[in-house]
Amino acid sequence: MQGFAYEAPSSLEALRARLAAAQGAGELTQVLAGGTDLLVQMKQGQRAPGLILDIKRVGETQALAVDGDTLVIGASVPAAKAKAFPLVAEAFPGLAHAIDLIGSSQIQGRASLGGNLCNASPAGDTIPALIANGFEAQILTAEGLRTLPVEAFVTGVGKNALAAGEVLLALQAPVPGPRSGDAYQRFTPRTEMDIAVVGVGARLTLDDAGVIASARIALGAVAPHAFLAEAAGAALVGTRGEPEALEAAAAAAMEAAKPISDKRGSADFRRRICGVLVKRVVAQALERCTTEGAK
Amino acid sequence: MKVHVQTEVNGEAVEFLCDPTTTLLEVLRDNLGLRGSKEGCGTGDCGACSVELDGALACSCLILAAETQGRSVATIEGVATPEALHPLQSHLLKSAGLQCGVCTPGIVVAAKHLLEQDPNPTEEAVRYFLAGNLCRCTGYDKIIRAVLDAAAEMRGEAA
Repeated sequence: MQGFAYEAPSSLEALRARLAAAQGAGELTQVLAGGTDLLVQMKQGQRAPGLILDIKRVGETQALAVDGDTLVIGASVPAAKAKAFPLVAEAFPGLAHAIDLIGSSQIQGRASLGGNLCNASPAGDTIPALIANGFEAQILTAEGLRTLPVEAFVTGVGKNALAAGEVLLALQAPVPGPRSGDAYQRFTPRTEMDIAVVGVGARLTLDDAGVIASARIALGAVAPHAFLAEAAGAALVGTRGEPEALEAAAAAAMEAAKPISDKRGSADFRRRICGVLVKRVVAQALERCTTEGAK
Repeated sequence: MKVHVQTEVNGEAVEFLCDPTTTLLEVLRDNLGLRGSKEGCGTGDCGACSVELDGALACSCLILAAETQGRSVATIEGVATPEALHPLQSHLLKSAGLQCGVCTPGIVVAAKHLLEQDPNPTEEAVRYFLAGNLCRCTGYDKIIRAVLDAAAEMRGEAA
């Protein structure tokens, strides 16, 4: 690795001050959370920062709590810890599954959801699950804080909406109410230690008559970044998830998908798998609305 | 500039100076003489350098040594006691769950972490949990048997 300075500020104020100083001095700064992508990229010479700012000692980035009606997951909380958090496991089983698909047990001991999001891989497993669940990114800026929906946070392959001097602090989402369920599934040739060819996340909420009142469907690995397929969700609202409604949602998702052909699959294959996964994920989320979601 | 780090390795306080670019794996092997953890890939894919950092399972090739300031590191060297091997180690020997042995320290550290969380895992759970520990010799089956047998022994059941 090319040489760099390492610092680990222990408070939000210290982090903000150090970021401002680094920006003023023109230091190429890189924030470190779990490092499972970053260190590999640095070893391979893809990134050569002059300053590494380790944010794990900033308490806000290690938060894992329910604050009123909001679930807060600090940006540097490791995957293994996030997926084991009772509310995540109980009320966000789709997100928990997406987290469980990240790398190996060793990688999950370090990799954070915040890092997974900032790395902005088109195939990142947690990103569609975060988008479907309506997560917002809480961002530390030079002046204060700002929030951005996760679907607006990822902007391209490996690109995110953070401006120079900004840091992702936490992810937060409303705790789901009754008759609500989420799901995430991906297609990979191997069952473990692989990268999504297509990933689909969904969050559905039913009204008390069992009709879908809201539906968010997010697609991964079929465009430069994960995104909210609004038309696919809209095709489900007002239905009970009948086969025709699932077909309509799948068709809308396939229409919205803009995949490329690469070694993992052709564009045509990805588009078709996207349709299949939308139907499976919606069916699974629907089932959870009436079972696990019936709190 | 060198970083001064005070940390704990296998329950003992240690102190070292390192370059910020140095990984924990490099410090363990080169500064502290703990050469049980192996560098297989250097990119977090093979698991041969598995350690626990504050109780979390991780690849030490993807941890900067400077990050361990004030933390607690557990390596393969802390698994056996002077008197006895850990059941995982004795069952790996008994089942011939190793040939060249490069993956073995990482497998022991990872399997021990699993059994501490789940003393009675299914075969499938063991296979999934150890998916990040690559072995190019054994074909895995003997390793999985050894872990299941060690788990049974640790539960007080005849293995």
